[in-house]
Amino acid sequence: MARLNLILLLIAVGCALSTVNSNHHARKLFSALDKEQQRMRALDVEWGQLQLEQSTWAAHARVEKIARERLQMQSPQVAKTIALEPGQ
Amino acid sequence: MKFSKSPVLKDELAPWRARLVLLLLLGAMLALVIRALYLQAINNEFLISKGESRYERILDVPATRGRILDRNGDVLAVSTPVKSVWAIPEDAQLQPAQSRQLAQMLSMDARDVDRKLAENKGFVFLKRQISPELADRVMNLKLPGIHLQDEYRRYYPTGEVSAHVLGFTGVNDVGQEGVELAFESQLAGQAGSRRVIKDRRGNIVEDVEHIKRPIEGKDVTLSIDSKIQYLAYTSLKQAVLDNRAKAGAIIVIDAQTGEILALDNQPTYNPNNRANLVGNQLRSRVFTDAFEPGSVMKPFTVAKALDEGKVRIDTRIDTGNGTLSIGPATIHDAHPDGTLTVAQVIQKSSNVGASKMALMLPPVDMWNNFDALGFGAPLRMGFPGEASGRVRPYKSWRPIEQATMSYGNGIAVTLLQLAHAYTVFARDGDLVPLQLTKADGPVTSDKQIFSSETAHQIRTAMQLVVQPGGTAPRVQIPGYSVAGKTGTAHKAESGVYLNKYIASFVGVAPASNPRLIIAVMIDEPNAGKYYGGDVAGPVFVNVMSGALRNLGVPMDIPLKPIEIHPGDEAPESM
Repeated sequence: MARLNLILLLIAVGCALSTVNSNHHARKLFSALDKEQQRMRALDVEWGQLQLEQSTWAAHARVEKIARERLQMQSPQVAKTIALEPGQ
Repeated sequence: MKFSKSPVLKDELAPWRARLVLLLLLGAMLALVIRALYLQAINNEFLISKGESRYERILDVPATRGRILDRNGDVLAVSTPVKSVWAIPEDAQLQPAQSRQLAQMLSMDARDVDRKLAENKGFVFLKRQISPELADRVMNLKLPGIHLQDEYRRYYPTGEVSAHVLGFTGVNDVGQEGVELAFESQLAGQAGSRRVIKDRRGNIVEDVEHIKRPIEGKDVTLSIDSKIQYLAYTSLKQAVLDNRAKAGAIIVIDAQTGEILALDNQPTYNPNNRANLVGNQLRSRVFTDAFEPGSVMKPFTVAKALDEGKVRIDTRIDTGNGTLSIGPATIHDAHPDGTLTVAQVIQKSSNVGASKMALMLPPVDMWNNFDALGFGAPLRMGFPGEASGRVRPYKSWRPIEQATMSYGNGIAVTLLQLAHAYTVFARDGDLVPLQLTKADGPVTSDKQIFSSETAHQIRTAMQLVVQPGGTAPRVQIPGYSVAGKTGTAHKAESGVYLNKYIASFVGVAPASNPRLIIAVMIDEPNAGKYYGGDVAGPVFVNVMSGALRNLGVPMDIPLKPIEIHPGDEAPESM
């Protein structure tokens, strides 16, 4: 009888310890998840800022100015344009 | 002597003393049990909440306002986090050197900072919406009583190019004008909060509950094409400058879907600069300004007369010496043209011809026609401050008024309504609703206003307007046929017509299978020219040719340089 009780006690202690262990593990994982989520939000913010930067650099006014002034580009004259029909 | 033999023991203690001690101990024990019971089971909220406050935290979960994109996915408006610096004046006892340093960092006047910190309030903003990097530097000063608050700021990378379409948000990131206001419910995000358990090092180890789930703002994809928008903006701005005009407006519509591809007003403003968000420049004239449009209205009445079988497109109408007297009033043409066909009445913009056709129609038919085309009532696109224009009830019309309305006097419309109504000529006589968000494909409409044949005939007549002998022979685009109508109207102020003009041009191209409708309005051109074809026409040509090329619309006439001979142009009647 005493032996059975001892075995049951050992099992109970083992269960208790594994509960503690898995709870700790779960918290660690959750903490990691939360960090990644924070990183995700930060990246989201950065993405928005990069989009903003991109559209500022690619603004039509800026592109046109560079094309005309620095690259000396101009719209083609009609006389120098040839229209192609489909199949030509 | 042994202890048990001690004579002292022989004196027995009174038995009640032992019982008393026992009773006292039991009583104390009972008190402890009752107290424990009370704390653990009956009145336990207080201790539980105290315990929780040691490890639980309530965190705010921010939600971002949705972005506004153009039809190709380019960003037109985006929110990004910024910081605001605030202070508790009572706590912020700064040394003069410290407040100077702070003021310099925030690029403020040191006296302003001192004045704000001297205010007798619990909370005062020092500077709103600074970059997170600058905020970090401010915090590194470690000044007492100075704090930061997270906020969002809206940026508009296109600046003033699409200012009137987008509108802007207030300092709290809530829409105040334009699309920002019209689509507020979609764009706005709602911050949430959640309860978490934190460990000793401040890491979140468990999510207890979501008190309120954050709702992220949704992105809105507009029908606007930012390339065409830029083209419209630059062309209109140039025209307003060249003509020293007071204002101008332009709208570009896809005839197949009713999508608004571009929309601009002059004068405009830069929505990124909060300081100039006041005054007249904020008005989105396309939506809010009703004006007497002049001859651009003629095709509607002519089309009604054609549709009702009162005239055919080749019916000859005698405009005589260019005057028509109705009662005491007289209607004038710019110069006498004798007998004109119905198509030529549109080409030469004859007021007398249009009036004669108007008088063939009963007033109720003409009113119903205007009403069906959407004049006199707002289009209800959700835009703030949309004007309804003015079409008076037909019962009070006198014949002279009915006649003048045929050429756009005594009736007020917005540029939006005008462009919307022109979809009937760009399509097969059916009217499509306009939309500001991207459509999935061509739209069919059940509002058939004119027969398909009438729409084609009017379109052919409007092609004559840009031919020699029309009112706008300069409005030509290499490779594409154009159909359009000019308008030049005296401005009326408190019932009196002034020598100030509104020049307009509404046109469609390619005329054989219209893809785009562009309506242009220039308010008070002051540089000599004031005819619609001369003032608004060039804007139309610029924007239409660029937009058709951008959209890859196939050419429908041979490509050759445009030759214009002096004397091709017919003066416009007003």
